Amino acid sequence: MKLNGAHILCDGLVKEGVEIVFGFPGGKVIELFDTFAHYPQLRFVLVRHEQAAAHAADAYARVTGKVGCCVATSGPGATNLVTGIANAHLDSVPMVAVTGQVDRGSLGRDAFQEVDITGITLPITKHNYLVMKSDEMAEAVKEAFHIAGTGRPGPVLIDVPSDVWVEQSEYTYPEKIELPGYKHKLPVYPTQIKKALKAISEARRPIIVAGNGVIISNAHVQLKELAEKAQIPVVNTLLGLGCFPQDHVLYYGMTGMHGMAYANYALNEADLIVAIGMRFDDRVTSKLSTFAPRASVVHIDIDPAEIGKNVKANVAVVGDVKEVLTALNKDIETLSHGDWLKQIEQWKSDHPSHEIRDTDRLLPQYVVRCISDVSGGDAVIVTGVGQHQMWAAQFSVINKPRSFVSSGGLGTMGFSLPAAIGAQMGRPDETVWSIDGDGSFQMTLQELATIAQEKLPVKIAILNNGYLGMVRQWQEFFWDKRYVATPIASPDFVKIAEAYGIEAMRVTNKADVLPAIEKATNYDGPFLIDFRVEPEENVLPMVKLGSAISELIEQPKSEVSTW
Amino acid sequence: MVASVKHTLVALVEDKPGVLNRSASLFRRRGFNIESIAVGHSEIRGLSRMTIVVDGASTAVEQVEKQLYKLVDVVKVIDITEDRMVSRELALIKVSATAAQRSEIVQIADIFRARIVDVAPDSVMIEVTGDEAKLNSLLELLKDFGIKELVRTGRIAMVRGTSEAVPIDEESVQKIKRRRKKTKTEK
Ligand SMILES: Cc1ncc(C[n+]2csc(CCOP(=O)(O)OP(=O)(O)O)c2C)c(N)n1
Repeated sequence: MKLNGAHILCDGLVKEGVEIVFGFPGGKVIELFDTFAHYPQLRFVLVRHEQAAAHAADAYARVTGKVGCCVATSGPGATNLVTGIANAHLDSVPMVAVTGQVDRGSLGRDAFQEVDITGITLPITKHNYLVMKSDEMAEAVKEAFHIAGTGRPGPVLIDVPSDVWVEQSEYTYPEKIELPGYKHKLPVYPTQIKKALKAISEARRPIIVAGNGVIISNAHVQLKELAEKAQIPVVNTLLGLGCFPQDHVLYYGMTGMHGMAYANYALNEADLIVAIGMRFDDRVTSKLSTFAPRASVVHIDIDPAEIGKNVKANVAVVGDVKEVLTALNKDIETLSHGDWLKQIEQWKSDHPSHEIRDTDRLLPQYVVRCISDVSGGDAVIVTGVGQHQMWAAQFSVINKPRSFVSSGGLGTMGFSLPAAIGAQMGRPDETVWSIDGDGSFQMTLQELATIAQEKLPVKIAILNNGYLGMVRQWQEFFWDKRYVATPIASPDFVKIAEAYGIEAMRVTNKADVLPAIEKATNYDGPFLIDFRVEPEENVLPMVKLGSAISELIEQPKSEVSTW
Repeated sequence: MVASVKHTLVALVEDKPGVLNRSASLFRRRGFNIESIAVGHSEIRGLSRMTIVVDGASTAVEQVEKQLYKLVDVVKVIDITEDRMVSRELALIKVSATAAQRSEIVQIADIFRARIVDVAPDSVMIEVTGDEAKLNSLLELLKDFGIKELVRTGRIAMVRGTSEAVPIDEESVQKIKRRRKKTKTEK
């Protein structure tokens, strides 16, 4: 069968199980868009900026476990994707981005809207392709989805010169992948499992740090089994939230820069860290030389390059987290760590980092807790970047994996709204809350139009503090309160929403928070709430800059209620 | 003697556009201190062989290996520093030489089994191969005559003996062959 490049791509997308493509058209993909008309199986979602297409595809992938897909034209379309691709890369999100390119004859001549997007995205993709002939297309598509979705997932870009879209070639979709250099299925070595088991059984103060890898590998059941059998307390990284039941007696919250004090103390005192699908990011470790000084490390990760990159591993177990945990669970002894758990409980009651200040004022933490209460912990929470992100992480209950969507590695302001689009499309029957900051929201608020056009019932909570709050907090703590460039004026968000045809309201009193959230939840359609929260509230605890994770700035205890 | 901090890595990579770029981009981004890279064909069609010299004092060599492995086009990476290996560089050296100095230079070149490949009224060009130490000694001796121009390749290296130092599994070889066949029939 002869097909042109555009048809080969579309057919490949269908064969790879793609249902939704996020994107934006332009001259160098016009043939491709024309071809979409022949593929009703592919739902095309028109965003208002290509960055949003990448974030939506990213969030769609995170909440479904499938490979997300986005499309943009050459030049500015492609460069607008870059932030979104980098975001997916740093958080190991499977995604295939397709870009148009100038025709083959014009390549390298600085033609209109030509940029070297394969060059630009070299360090922020797992792999990328410049498809120079239509008969290379099928293989590129097949390989791209395979590479994006297997091993440690990541974004793959396919760049296509415009004349390749219309070039005909003989087409059969390849059945097999022939990638000699791509070894994603690494065998789990029994000797390493034995060593890990030995380390665990000998430890007296062990702790599990569970990260995104547990979620990617769908290993939450195996994690619970391990923790319970060996009676090891569990803490999460930001992206690990949801991979362990949060009402579990062994669960001690998030660790890191804004982690729970007791979680950080536990890491600091532990004699063994079992690191599972996490990469010792500096937001977790703070000052490396002082990180967990008493602990040896069992590091479980699918990416061999993560072992020993930041923290030395005493036992390295390379492999898919689920396989490794299954192997561990087979032979793990039943252990007990009563004294150690008691110690952590003590820290927890001495340093109740999860409590909210007792006041009538409208606190952002209170808004987050109400959202969580109303949804019973079953909503998909999608955040921007800043204080609100940390409050969302600290005060939401996340019952299931793939339900807390946040830009961890890149920390991309503006992520929340477009990501909420992808999350809602991936989980159409669930409540999706975008918890955003007034600053972050203004970076991508044009996507309200996409939400309206696609009729997505996304709920949006803006924790509007009138500041670029996280930066303001740093200025307050470390730069003598010189608030340079952090007070931020905003338009009337309620009117903005209404202009886009989206229902909205403003909340200025604590008493109105709960009713507003209930109203939004029950409303059949998108709903935005502009919460005018306490302007200078801080995210606490906070690890002092350049210190050990046990050196924390905490909420004064007198202010805390047992709400 | 202090153990050498210079590591010799050999990477077999698919013969594809951009593969050198990918490797170089990786080294730069991660701040790896690379002393030299030499790339050329290997004994397997479709596979190029890179010899990479890494300064082990300033760079975590294991990270270089592991990060290289993450590149999809990289089939095999191996550190042969500890193996018995032959390592060679090639240099072309243009040395100032009056007619009177020529014979002395020729003598020096002879000692190093270097060859005079061009003679001009005021200079000679010397071609020399050898390991880094040998090339450095020759350059040291020629310094006083005046080195007008110098070009050195990066190091290439191979392990002595009959066994392959860079074993590559049969399945990968077959995959590479099939990929090559496919691109050929397309052409
Ligand atoms: C694109 C981008 N630019 C700048 C930053 C740096 N930054 C981190 S948090 C923050 C403030 C965020 O303000 P807002 O969205 O209002 O949230 P808040 O902290 O007030 O909750 C800034 C500017 C960033 N993370 N991303």
